[in-house]
Amino acid sequence: MFFEQLLFFVAGILALGGAFGVVTLQNQFYSVLSLIAHLLGLAVLFLLLRAEFLAAAQVVVYAGAVMVLYLFVVAYIGGADEPVRPESGVLRVLGPVFALVLFLELAVAVLGSSLSALDTTGPEVGEGFGSPAQIGELLLNRFLLPFEAASFLLLVAAVGAVVMARKRRGLEEPESALGAIEVAKSSLIDDPEQPGRGARGGTAGRAY
Amino acid sequence: MNVEWFVVLSALIFAIGAAGVLTRRSPLVILLCLELMLNAGNLALIAFSRMHGNGDGQVFALIVMVVAACEVVIGLGIIVAMYRRRMAIDVDSVSELRG
Repeated sequence: MFFEQLLFFVAGILALGGAFGVVTLQNQFYSVLSLIAHLLGLAVLFLLLRAEFLAAAQVVVYAGAVMVLYLFVVAYIGGADEPVRPESGVLRVLGPVFALVLFLELAVAVLGSSLSALDTTGPEVGEGFGSPAQIGELLLNRFLLPFEAASFLLLVAAVGAVVMARKRRGLEEPESALGAIEVAKSSLIDDPEQPGRGARGGTAGRAY
Repeated sequence: MNVEWFVVLSALIFAIGAAGVLTRRSPLVILLCLELMLNAGNLALIAFSRMHGNGDGQVFALIVMVVAACEVVIGLGIIVAMYRRRMAIDVDSVSELRG
């Protein structure tokens, strides 16, 4: 029991510190690393709540794959330091105030709710609670439709990302490349005895 | 640990994420803060799943993770497209939808 509480506070502080780091760190690279720490803390909390499969998925999929994607994009766009809204003072003050009010409201809603089981550690659950077997059975029996919808959503997102991140001139390039080849060919035919100079000169002559 | 603790912690993380969305300007960090908020929701879902003693909440959390992954992929695609078009990576300067 004591060990469980200790683990809760250590993991909770790790998760909270990671969250603070994401919001306050100036360097985007450090923000992403801080989010990884936050996700690892959350995975420990999931384990305390007997969600073994989700904890594993959190570490492997989230802290592993998704964060690598983030790091790639940060490296790609340069990851320049960004001041936290230096010139517009209104939002800089109102943002944390709004967050504080939101937290107080949520805390009052939670603590003042009439859910009597909220004050307990939850009912006794069997060995298989939160195991991959139980999650898989639920996904393929009761939640088959959401499962299929989620897989379709992943497909749509993958195709959408490829369409959005591609080069905009990608469609015109094959045409102009073909044109250049045609020009080069015809110039080769014009003077076959000087292929190198002829091709270059012919291309230049026709293009301009 | 009582379930209450987990739910209050999730509320705190959600509030921090909301503050980040409001105060940061880089779309990349805003996406990170959205991740924070989604994860806070996940923690609350799993806490309630433990409170009721059945696995439905965990399946919801799994679906939320899938949706978060889709959102990340699309968001990062938009950021890469902005970078390719030499636009400033700043949410204040992106204020129209015309492509």
